[in-house]
Amino acid sequence: MRALILRDLRLAFTGAGAALPVVFFLLVATLFPFAVGPDAALLARTGGGALWMAALLAALLPVERLVEPDRASGVLDQLAVRGVSEESIALAKLAAHWLSFGPPLMLAALPAAALMKLPQQVLARLELGLLAGTPGLAALSLMVAALTAGLRGTGALAGLLILPLAVPILIFGAGMIDPTGSEGAWKLLAAASLLLGGIAPFAAGAAIRAARD
Amino acid sequence: MTLLRMEGVACIRGGRLLFEGMDLALGPGEAVLVSGQNGAGKSSLIRLAAGLLRPAAGQVERTADAALADEALALDQRLPLVRALGFWARLDGGDAGAGMAAMGLVHLADVPVHMLSTGQRKRASLARVAASGAKLWLLDEPANGLDSEGAECLAAAIAAHRAAGGAVLAASHQPLSLPGAREIAL
Repeated sequence: MRALILRDLRLAFTGAGAALPVVFFLLVATLFPFAVGPDAALLARTGGGALWMAALLAALLPVERLVEPDRASGVLDQLAVRGVSEESIALAKLAAHWLSFGPPLMLAALPAAALMKLPQQVLARLELGLLAGTPGLAALSLMVAALTAGLRGTGALAGLLILPLAVPILIFGAGMIDPTGSEGAWKLLAAASLLLGGIAPFAAGAAIRAARD
Repeated sequence: MTLLRMEGVACIRGGRLLFEGMDLALGPGEAVLVSGQNGAGKSSLIRLAAGLLRPAAGQVERTADAALADEALALDQRLPLVRALGFWARLDGGDAGAGMAAMGLVHLADVPVHMLSTGQRKRASLARVAASGAKLWLLDEPANGLDSEGAECLAAAIAAHRAAGGAVLAASHQPLSLPGAREIAL
């Protein structure tokens, strides 16, 4: 299990895998002020939501490299021959994917918030929201990656599958940025993340098994 | 003691019946060579034995660890060969160096996997099997792409494995040096 997590982390950080969502996220944060203009008050009011949209779309980018390369190269088969259950493989992949996706995104949120002229208080809420929400996004990406493994041209399909399911994370994540909002949003965000994270190993595991036949 | 037993196994792939009523038992030191035309179900039989496919009928029972070498290399392309094999050797509790020595790959230890030729890849996949320490070897077309020296390494590795009480189930359309092996024609 630990060996699998370490292997996935090494693959993510030595290839472009982990850097791609972060670069995308920062690029959106850079472009957004150009689109709505340099009005600091407007940016501060809309910036948090825009960053959540960017995080959501950034979660789509790694989908194609999460499961398919290991399926195509026979790694999943070799693990199955060794008696490693598909659920443990999926759990290891979930842990590795979140580690290479969540914390880097939270780091990237610091310069992104500066570009958006977000007040410090909003930044703190955004970071807390990303901490609670990115596990859910990672779980969604993994499930869809396992479901679409072996299909061709999965990029667009993955977007269509992930985005509607990510609505709760977006609503509660963007909801908790509002300083006047209630504390409920953060709890609901964590709950949505927990639910997705709890389902993901079983759903992705079953999908990996089904893709073998 | 039987390492692998199949009873009345049938295999259906893509709605087509490949074979049925397959009985097979493999004990220590034994070898079975599966032959047949392309698409006859040789690879499917190997995957059934590995537990990667479920039989449409009958039973597959495996009492020993298995090591599989098939068309898929399952090694990280960017890593040097010794580290790529080392990942699996650590999972298996085996010795990657011994496997590479058995297949004549020691001089390629530091070469990245994506630089290897077809025959060298085949050797690498067989080296993983040789390093695994598993009792049951499942080899799908093990001689594909091997030169004569590679074929000799393979024959020697199989002979040593069988002498140590291991068993081999191999599928091949090429002649394979398996003295005393039973043949199953699909």
